[in-house]
Amino acid sequence: MAKIVVDVMLKPEILDPQGVAVSAALPRLGFNFAKSVRQGKHFEIEVDGEPTPAQLAEVEKAAETLLANPVIETFTVRVEK
Amino acid sequence: MKVGVVTFPGTLDDRDAARAATHAGTTAVSLWHGDADLKGVDAVILPGGFSYGDYLRCGAISRFAPVMEKIIDAANGGMPLLGICNGFQVLCEAHLLPGALTRNHELHFLCHDQKLEITNNTTAWTSSYQVGQEIVIPLKNGEGSFQCDDATLAKLEGEGRVIARYVGENPNGSRNKIAGITNERGNVVGLMPHPEHAIDTLTGPTADGLGFFTSVLNAMVK
Repeated sequence: MAKIVVDVMLKPEILDPQGVAVSAALPRLGFNFAKSVRQGKHFEIEVDGEPTPAQLAEVEKAAETLLANPVIETFTVRVEK
Repeated sequence: MKVGVVTFPGTLDDRDAARAATHAGTTAVSLWHGDADLKGVDAVILPGGFSYGDYLRCGAISRFAPVMEKIIDAANGGMPLLGICNGFQVLCEAHLLPGALTRNHELHFLCHDQKLEITNNTTAWTSSYQVGQEIVIPLKNGEGSFQCDDATLAKLEGEGRVIARYVGENPNGSRNKIAGITNERGNVVGLMPHPEHAIDTLTGPTADGLGFFTSVLNAMVK
């Protein structure tokens, strides 16, 4: 069984108030490493057997149609062993 | 004239929207998200709320509900369609309107009476107003910040497709203080604040919102 992972992030030019809030909370806890934080979404899709190129193409299409909103977000699709 | 009001799982403001439509002199007809049937209505309102729990993104799942296929076809054919709050988010997700609604810039859920300026009175939903008229209606949302790229913003502004703007401080970080926009044809309007909660002073802060619902009656009678 393989896992197809889709990561969705807001485009760099879109304000991410949640990321800003997280980045403001870190130094309050003594974590001073972060120059900035962006928050995104992570989808794990299980499939039977090795994913085929056709399956991956379908996942790309689903990501573009439903999982991400291309107006404000970008996404990546990868296979995790 | 029949105005359909859609109920998705998680919709909150369908009753107020139906009441507003009735108050304006039209007949409100309930439409169910799971029925691909518009029941012969002349116009449709997508009301506010948290359809499908706002899961994934606000409006992202509702946009694919069976009733939406019919609504998208009808709107592309010129049927008046108003999306309020969550309804506006659904219209953007359905690509009937450009841009997207994102988290309020200061992260707070907002709930207050908001002053707006009407900036376009040529749409099916705004003809009862004067350009420059200021109205006060409730604003209540967590993800009401209107965002789009620079080219889209320039197009919206250049074509006069911003129908209402926030007056005073920008409440949610929307670009150019945009509270509502329309499509090229002027039949589809999305608005973040809630006119249906301000149709009489018994239940609302003002009766300023009623004009959206009388406008569509005028648009159909013409």
